[in-house]
Amino acid sequence: MKKKKNTAFHIVNAIFLGLICSTCVLPFINLLAVSFSGSTAVAAGKVGFWPVDFTLSSYKYVLTSGKFFRAMGISILRVLLETGLNLTLMVLVAYPLSRDKPGQLLGRKIYVYFFMITMLVGGGMIPTYLVVSGLGLKNTMWALILPGALPVSNMIILMNFIRELPDEIEEAAALDGATPFQTLTKIILPLLKPSLATVGLFCMVNHWNDWFSGMIYMSEDMYPLQTYLQSVIKDFDTLLLTNKSADIASLLAQMNARTGRAAQLFLGALPIMLVYPFLQKYFTKGLVLGSVKG
Amino acid sequence: MKKGLKTQLKNQWQYHIMLLPAVILVFIFSYIPLYGLIIAFEKYNPGLGFNSPWVGLQNFTYLFSQPTFLRTIRNTIVISVIKLILGIVVPVFVAILLNEMVSDKLKRLYQTLIYIPNFLSWVIVAGLIMDLLGNDGIVNTALSAMGLGTINFLGSDKIFPWTMIVTDVWKGFGYGTVVYMASLTGIDPGLYESAEMDGATRWQRIWYVTIPMLKPIMVLMLVLALGNVFNAGFDQIYNLYSPIVYEHGDIIDTYIYRLGIEQAQYSVGAAVGLFKSAISCMLVLVSYKLADKFAGYKIW
Repeated sequence: MKKKKNTAFHIVNAIFLGLICSTCVLPFINLLAVSFSGSTAVAAGKVGFWPVDFTLSSYKYVLTSGKFFRAMGISILRVLLETGLNLTLMVLVAYPLSRDKPGQLLGRKIYVYFFMITMLVGGGMIPTYLVVSGLGLKNTMWALILPGALPVSNMIILMNFIRELPDEIEEAAALDGATPFQTLTKIILPLLKPSLATVGLFCMVNHWNDWFSGMIYMSEDMYPLQTYLQSVIKDFDTLLLTNKSADIASLLAQMNARTGRAAQLFLGALPIMLVYPFLQKYFTKGLVLGSVKG
Repeated sequence: MKKGLKTQLKNQWQYHIMLLPAVILVFIFSYIPLYGLIIAFEKYNPGLGFNSPWVGLQNFTYLFSQPTFLRTIRNTIVISVIKLILGIVVPVFVAILLNEMVSDKLKRLYQTLIYIPNFLSWVIVAGLIMDLLGNDGIVNTALSAMGLGTINFLGSDKIFPWTMIVTDVWKGFGYGTVVYMASLTGIDPGLYESAEMDGATRWQRIWYVTIPMLKPIMVLMLVLALGNVFNAGFDQIYNLYSPIVYEHGDIIDTYIYRLGIEQAQYSVGAAVGLFKSAISCMLVLVSYKLADKFAGYKIW
């Protein structure tokens, strides 16, 4: 009798959770269906989870206009450069700061405070904007990359990781006469690789998803992907109406602003979806990494 | 050992060289802007930069006489506090239910699906929400087909904050669930077994075993979120709001952006920013203290 009752609970529970999960999946299926549907069917509200009047016009638009892929190229370049810079600086800071025994690093406390304080207070949007534009960095890749060059909280994760390595490893290296630079590159770095992969992935996702700095620092032809998509969700209607190109005019028979937007949003979400299995694995691992206390 | 220590001391300069590039960059892009907050007390002049004429508290008195500013404080607190509470309750609820599931395969599938929106940018999610909840979107089409009429999710001043709260919880609950599930897997199965032996019902088991196990991490999440009360979600709201919903939808950060960047009123924008960071900083310090006290969690 008791067993039966439990099964009923399990079924209801599984269905209920299934409904919750479907709210995370169905919106994307609807978006995909809209992007492949004809504009009349979409405007009439006929499109659910399957395309109506199937057409590739919206995707042809993305190819013809070329803006999407140019923005994607800029994003890829930005992500690679910034993540590279992040990893380099994080290692170069985390290693010295992990030398926490008396006499190992003169002024360690001052350095630690210097970096930690930036997690607590900052100039905020306006002064940062004025500094970046005052340095003449607007419309250059540097405006996107340099302000966040050192992700302090991720650096702390790395620092704690190095601190937990057995002291004997480095003592042996020091006995052999290895300099700090040699110890770092020959001994610490190889041990650090798995943590660097996790932390690097955090940084990559953050930079890929960043749209704000692109919006305030870059001009339209230098927009990274998320900033371009931001302009698409804000005023794609006017963008389409003011387009004079004949190639695009012929596509407008079967697409409208909504299907065009849907296609670009879907393509924009695709790279993250493709690496999602990695993200899930490493981010769950990162939760564990992050919980190591300093 | 002795020799090792000596080499280490002799080579210490190398550590300082390693630290140098980051010190310079952090100084330029974190400390100079911090100093730049001084323009909140000045009348900013692009030619003079951070050394513009001093006006004392003029920018602040101006701000606090603006009803458009005061309402952003109210909106920010209302929106972020409700987000904060639901942002803990919903994932805990889902984690408990997931924990009760028998099929590990289904459990893993569910966990995978709900974690997806967390990784997408607010731009993409905002675009998705505009498409779904717009007047000709699938939700309103379905509602009117059921004879319920349409709801103006994004264009009605009264409904807009709730749309922000619900969609924010939707985007983030997968992450929270993963955090809580991680601490649930640490529960000793023996606890459940002995509860069952004592004849505890499912609800009693959840109430007396599962929830107490989640309590420390819940307290920690709550306390750490406290420092974020003045961040009601710029990325989300900026991408979804419009002038018709300013009354209940405009928040401090969107206000700073419009004033400071769009209208180039740098000094007033910086004054709002300073006001916000001063309060946030206090809240963060208090929350760190509380985290240490109630959850034994040291940030550094």
